[in-house]
Amino acid sequence: MRNTSIILLLVASLGASAQDDRDLIKLNRLQQIMQAEKDRIQIINFWATWCSPCLKELPLFEKIDMERKDVKVRLVSMDMDLDPDTTKVRKFVIRKKIHSEVLILNESNPNQWIDKIDKNWNGSLPATLVLNNKNGKRRFVDRELHEGDLEKLIAEVQ
Amino acid sequence: MKHLFYSILIVFAFVASAPIKNGYEIGDTAADFNLKNIDGKMVSLSNWKDSKGFIVIFDCNTCPYSKAYNERIIGLNNKYLSLGFPVVAINASDATASSGETFEEMVRIAKRKGYTFPYLVDETQNVAKAFGATNTPHVFVLNRSGNDLKVAYIGTIDDNARNASAVSKKYVEEAIDALIANKAVSTTKTKAIGCGIKWKNS
Repeated sequence: MRNTSIILLLVASLGASAQDDRDLIKLNRLQQIMQAEKDRIQIINFWATWCSPCLKELPLFEKIDMERKDVKVRLVSMDMDLDPDTTKVRKFVIRKKIHSEVLILNESNPNQWIDKIDKNWNGSLPATLVLNNKNGKRRFVDRELHEGDLEKLIAEVQ
Repeated sequence: MKHLFYSILIVFAFVASAPIKNGYEIGDTAADFNLKNIDGKMVSLSNWKDSKGFIVIFDCNTCPYSKAYNERIIGLNNKYLSLGFPVVAINASDATASSGETFEEMVRIAKRKGYTFPYLVDETQNVAKAFGATNTPHVFVLNRSGNDLKVAYIGTIDDNARNASAVSKKYVEEAIDALIANKAVSTTKTKAIGCGIKWKNS
């Protein structure tokens, strides 16, 4: 009985570590994910655990992700630009019980790719991209969002 | 009288349709300013009549990027002050929005880190707006050309925020080295992820 438990634990931990790396992505993988979404309007939020306006607006994204089945929220953490250790982000996600999809961007030279997200992005966080692949409409905002802003942005891309 | 009226109207229309600039572009002439330093004294760029230019850095106290670049900013002043390009740091973040951005905290940090350059406070945020600064740290290299200080580089300090020893492009140093050698600056503008300047009423 104990051997079975140990085996199960090992298998479970293997599964867990495989899961751990799938959220760590390069920019071209993020672009693939964004392009692959056929039906739902996507809300890509660029944030970091150290960015206080990012944390203030987080509940708005969680709420939309929960309420609207026609919308897919992706929270893209920029933490790796300053800290190669992903523990902080993962602990934050667990502690705050974040249910939206969290992706950790594994890039360290933002100047090379900022313009690929939006040419007008000055690089400041938070930043939010709202994307509708069905009609190609997009909206990009590089400032903290407030109550009602997401609903307006979603309506603008419908 | 009618001709005068129409002339004025045309001039007005011309001026009114002029685009509102969101800060300096490369080649623009930077206006001087008069801001309070951490020692309480007022500082202007005209205080350095003999400098070849300036390394104006919009910075703040609390941003992790500012902390990551602290040593490198001190290093820039160490290297370029004697070569004619002093660092002038400016904190334009709203002090009321975040307690970490107060003047007292600026004084504390400058002392603790051993700043050898001015660390000025832009209380009205007008200087940051005139320059078009958006994040921290945000560098504007100015080059003296006759009576003017022209913007020669805008952007980030180098290409690796988290690891100074893994840097391969030192944008600010390369820009200033080019200016000193009377050569064209190859990379004049870059972007960086970072803390946005905390604007009042935002």
